[in-house]
Amino acid sequence: MKAYLILEDGTVFTGISIGSAREVISEIVFNTSMTGYLEVLTDPSYAGQAVVMTYPLIGNYGICHEDMESLKPWPDGYIVRELSRIPSNFRSEDTIQHFLEKHDIPGICGIDTRALTKILREKGTMNGMITTKEYADLSQPISRMKAYRVKGVVMATTTKEKYVLPGVGKRVALLDLGAKKNIARSLHERGCQVTVYPADTTAEEILAADPDGIMLSNGPGDPSENVEIIKEIRKLYESDVPIFAICLGHQLMALATGASTYKLKYGHRGGNHPVKDLETGRVYISSQNHGYAVDAATLDPKVAEAAFVNVNDGTNEGLKYIGKNIFTVQYHPEACPGPLDSGYLFDRFLKMMEVNE
Amino acid sequence: MPKNPDIKKVLVIGSGPIIIGQAAEFDYAGTQACRSLKEEGIEVVLLNSNPATIMTDKDIADRVYIEPLTTEVVEQLILKERPDSVLPTLGGQAGLNLAMELEEAGFLKEHNVRLIGTTAQTIKKAEDRLEFKETMEKIGEPVAPSMVVENIQDGIAFTNTIGYPVVLRPAYTLGGSGGGIAHNEEELIEVLGNGLRLSRVGQVLVERCIAGWKEIEYEVMRDSAGNVITVCNMENIDPVGVHTGDSIVVAPSQTLGDKEYQMLRTSALNIITELGITGGCNVQYALHPTSFEYCVIEVNPRVSRSSALASKATGYPIAKVAAKIALGYTLDEIKNAVTKKTYASFEPMLDYCVVKMPRLPFDKFISAKRTLGTQMKATGEVMSICTNFEGALMKAIRSLEQHVDCLMSYDFTGLSDYELDKMLHKVDDRRIWVIAEALRRGMSYEKIHEITKIDIWFIDKLAIIVEMENALKTAGEAVKAGAAASQALPAELLREAKRIEFPDNVISRLTGIPQAEVKALRYENGIRAAYKMVDTCAAEFAAETPYYYSIFDGENEAVATHDRKKVLVLGSGPIRIGQGIEFDFCSVHSTWAFSREGYETIIVNNNPETVSTDFDIADKLYFEPLTPEDVESIVDIEKPDGAVVQFGGQTAIKLTEALMKMGVPILGTAAEDVDAAEDRELFDEILEKCQIPRPAGVTVFTAEEAKEAAHKLGYPVLVRPSYVLGGQGMQIAINDQDIDEFIGIINQIAQEHPILVDKYIMGKELEVDAICDGTDILIPGIMEHIERTGVHSGDSISVYPAYNITESNVRTIVDYTEKLARALHVKGMINIQFIVDGEDVYIIEVNPRSSRTVPYISKVTGIPIVPLATQIICGRTIRELGYEPGLQPKADYYAIKMPVFSFEKIRGADINLGPEMKSTGECLGIAKTFNEALYKAFQGAGIKLPKYKNMIITVRDQDKEEVIPIAKRFADVGYKIFATKGTAKALNGAGVKAIAVRKLEQESPNILDLVLGHEIDLVIDIPQQGAERSHDGFVIRRNAIETGVNVLTSLDTAAALVTSMENKANELTLIDIATV
Repeated sequence: MKAYLILEDGTVFTGISIGSAREVISEIVFNTSMTGYLEVLTDPSYAGQAVVMTYPLIGNYGICHEDMESLKPWPDGYIVRELSRIPSNFRSEDTIQHFLEKHDIPGICGIDTRALTKILREKGTMNGMITTKEYADLSQPISRMKAYRVKGVVMATTTKEKYVLPGVGKRVALLDLGAKKNIARSLHERGCQVTVYPADTTAEEILAADPDGIMLSNGPGDPSENVEIIKEIRKLYESDVPIFAICLGHQLMALATGASTYKLKYGHRGGNHPVKDLETGRVYISSQNHGYAVDAATLDPKVAEAAFVNVNDGTNEGLKYIGKNIFTVQYHPEACPGPLDSGYLFDRFLKMMEVNE
Repeated sequence: MPKNPDIKKVLVIGSGPIIIGQAAEFDYAGTQACRSLKEEGIEVVLLNSNPATIMTDKDIADRVYIEPLTTEVVEQLILKERPDSVLPTLGGQAGLNLAMELEEAGFLKEHNVRLIGTTAQTIKKAEDRLEFKETMEKIGEPVAPSMVVENIQDGIAFTNTIGYPVVLRPAYTLGGSGGGIAHNEEELIEVLGNGLRLSRVGQVLVERCIAGWKEIEYEVMRDSAGNVITVCNMENIDPVGVHTGDSIVVAPSQTLGDKEYQMLRTSALNIITELGITGGCNVQYALHPTSFEYCVIEVNPRVSRSSALASKATGYPIAKVAAKIALGYTLDEIKNAVTKKTYASFEPMLDYCVVKMPRLPFDKFISAKRTLGTQMKATGEVMSICTNFEGALMKAIRSLEQHVDCLMSYDFTGLSDYELDKMLHKVDDRRIWVIAEALRRGMSYEKIHEITKIDIWFIDKLAIIVEMENALKTAGEAVKAGAAASQALPAELLREAKRIEFPDNVISRLTGIPQAEVKALRYENGIRAAYKMVDTCAAEFAAETPYYYSIFDGENEAVATHDRKKVLVLGSGPIRIGQGIEFDFCSVHSTWAFSREGYETIIVNNNPETVSTDFDIADKLYFEPLTPEDVESIVDIEKPDGAVVQFGGQTAIKLTEALMKMGVPILGTAAEDVDAAEDRELFDEILEKCQIPRPAGVTVFTAEEAKEAAHKLGYPVLVRPSYVLGGQGMQIAINDQDIDEFIGIINQIAQEHPILVDKYIMGKELEVDAICDGTDILIPGIMEHIERTGVHSGDSISVYPAYNITESNVRTIVDYTEKLARALHVKGMINIQFIVDGEDVYIIEVNPRSSRTVPYISKVTGIPIVPLATQIICGRTIRELGYEPGLQPKADYYAIKMPVFSFEKIRGADINLGPEMKSTGECLGIAKTFNEALYKAFQGAGIKLPKYKNMIITVRDQDKEEVIPIAKRFADVGYKIFATKGTAKALNGAGVKAIAVRKLEQESPNILDLVLGHEIDLVIDIPQQGAERSHDGFVIRRNAIETGVNVLTSLDTAAALVTSMENKANELTLIDIATV
């Protein structure tokens, strides 16, 4: 079946429908990772967005459920050049075609994803529609696209109930803002007992459990939208509990302490971005998925200072909070997909909790 | 960390002659690195014995020494030039070994010279089998159970503890020389024995066989601050067991999930960190196909063939970055030269698929085993890029220039199912074609996988290609039944066929629709090639100096510009015997010269190992097959003002006619004149007109005609196909039986052109490269071959200036050259080969193009031949460029070009020299005297004699008289001579002491035992001309080569060798080519 990807600037790509045939409007973003399509699909940070994979051959190694970063795929739509006809990998349990159908994710394949990526790069992230319907007149769908905003996605992706991953080591409270599973797993593997809280949990409840440390997770959407959560995070900041935050968590902590965030032209999504540790000068290749960034110019120098910076474009990639046991990063030390180079940050967090005792 | 200010003058060591396992990639890496160093204001001293390289140009380095790569030379050079640092990681294994020897001897320390780019300790950790294993164990990286042995007994004992089969890898050798797999004790003894002999340190690693696992490679980089990145990973379609150089390789990996990808990536980064490498490094893995188990196979602590491939596949210039790192820069300080926005501290992301295929020399070595194993056999490779795997593979296939253009090109339809099954078990260069046939017969993916261990994902891709063949065949049936072409071949099907890169001629063959009509159908439906960029970043950033590849399923990104005149430079494709790196040298220099003349330059080429496919050589680079259709698609977009074909060897020349038809003017010599030089009858007319004699000859099509011709001319005769390079298929026939055999071999491939039969004249062979501007002719010099006619010019030792001809010979040669250049209306280059027999001079071959000898003769005469020829092509004249026409005065130097062979790598190849070229590379000996030049040339070629002072001589009856003085001279320099009965008798009779040995078929100890006894320096074996009936000589020559004994099959070469030994210089004079 034919499918169309219509962008809000009027560009139309004609391809073949994959997954669900239902129509969807979403924000179109691209990811440059060459492996890890399942991890991308199940990353809750893509809620409210449709993802373009720049690597043209997707589905080669099938679906291995163990690799899912959450219980289901989150993107509104999936855009690829070519889906492999058969998967081949010893762990494969399903095909990507079936996986998309099963989860009712609409998608399109057979389009020039590079041409699409270039449009997004030049004009910036924009909204679009994936549909199997042929529109003679684009003005109506385009006005619908233009009205689309990514909203309410943190509450849509967070856990509904608190749960615990038992462990004998440090007790970590993980505030799930739309968390990838590997954050909890990375802590759990290091022996931590991880209590995962829904995003709207109050600071009082978390602090009442007397955790050794607090982890703020990644998550989707515009950070400044989460006004209530930011208030709670401010209270966490004021506690003396060590805090490590990733991605959305990093942005919310910055917002909670007076800095502001802004939307990047087309974001950072992939597994090849260099980030530089400003303290040591070392450069690490990182896994990234964010459309917003902290504006380092708005930091109160008495509160926080830049700790990591993106080597490519100089945007902020991490903060160190002065006089506090708090550090936050914009990128993804939990990887999945992407380089494992920054896993040491979890060790640093563990050490911070130990020293704090 | 900024540049280390203490580094001011750096010695860069190149890799020497091109041999299998060490090819053009090091010229590419070395050239890039030297340019990168010079960019930083470093004074570069370059040492490389290979004159055909671009790196040995005075524009690339400040001081250039084309001298033998021996420790003595490097020591002397260091004393002379006093560099503060040596960069040894760009010259392949040869450069690395040399640096190690100097370091171990304490020479570097003594003279305050530091190794940059790596340390001796790092090299040892990576290269010494035992230290490597210990290092890997220390950081928990698994290696296959193994043991380093120094004798056969230990090897057997260890193998008994781990079980057969085992892999054997000699330490410190190239391209897996002397390695192999042993399935039983007998094989173990043979392969291990061989490996122990070939290893520089007499060590061989005996290792658990992991054949059949996935073979994955990572290219990683590290700087002195400890920052590490991955440039690229690659997956070999051929599982472990086939050398990666002989495997079909895809980048990035296709069948690895993120978990496997990251697991191995992390491992590679841990390894480069532990080894402390500053620069690039290649790590090879075996990954178990059904688990996460893996083994580290090998680490190369230097730039390599794989790193060249990774650079071209990603756009990340590994050698350039490695050179900057060696100077002290860190990755985040080095700009990404392709995007000019990002930095070297990022990982390239591909939004396409790259396929590399090896170019194997089995068309040259018909007797050789086609089997592929752990010892590399490929002489070169091609790379292609597409948005899908099928398309990349199809493009790579037709880039090979081996008469293959699809998966039907090797015909296995005649095999029974049983034979096909057996064939599938064989691992050779035709394996994917065999799989395609199995798929056509309905063999299941599982069964094919079980036999070949090739991943099912790749088998499915081959099946997609086979399905398209079938769909097109079905269309063909409809055409036969009377359907209109557009109906039988609907646009949808045609579009899909093009998406996976079926060329029009294959579509035409399958459907029966004429090729022109296929093309017309495409154009009607808007199915045209579009071009995408290689930009290192999957379009995330805009790129400044990208290169292009074609696709059929997307929009075009290549923007044609027309602000300047525009020239298309056609490259020479994969490195093969007969068409080597020399032609890349010519293409690159021509491109630079066009650029200086104000042209916009566009290179089309598909060889990832070369300088010409570096991203910043031409204004635009198209990484594409060099077929008429592929070139036409580029022409459609770029609309060049002209194309130049005379610098890209036979590959480019073959495109002349097609370019004319596309309406692209051929710059320089006109197409019809190119044709006149290649077409026998037209050429004969010209010779007649100029009154230039050539050996009598006839053109024929059949063996009967050939025999008739031979009888008329009288045996011996030379038999060869027209329009070939490197004398491919050329043989000397001495009787009818030979003719039948040779014509049979030639006609295995359908011949579009007739076969030539010429009278064979024995004489001196001479060669000239000249430039003609239409009126005047510039002859830089005359070269004389040491071997008499009958040995291909590329395999002969060539001496400049000619040393053994008369003044009248010279005058005749100059006269003929001028006449021919004018008669052929040459504008640009011409290459002519002559035979001199007394006062008679004959023409044997004319090539209206740049030749193999151009780089060498340019360097030794100091005349920039290719730039001059290019300027003339652009309309200038020789006089205008400041040169006096005619033969140029002789240089003050003798320069001797010595061929270098790779026979030890190709099991079963006959090493007997003849009219068909067999050498893979060359080196130069340059000196004030002939004798010193000759000595240097032999040294450079690795013939470092005497060692044991034992030799064997076996010659034909007619050579006995001639061999006596040569043998006497060997005896005089201290050689003990063994000879076969007849030869011994002749020698002893003439007073040269020779010990008679038994023939091969006689009981032990015979001649073979002597060869295998390892104390023989040299075998002089002059075989019968024609197809040799006796197998003995072949067996002896092979055994000698495989045990590292030098073999000469020409008395002329033998005489030259003994001359060089008689005149062994104590101290060599080193000559800076930049001052010549």
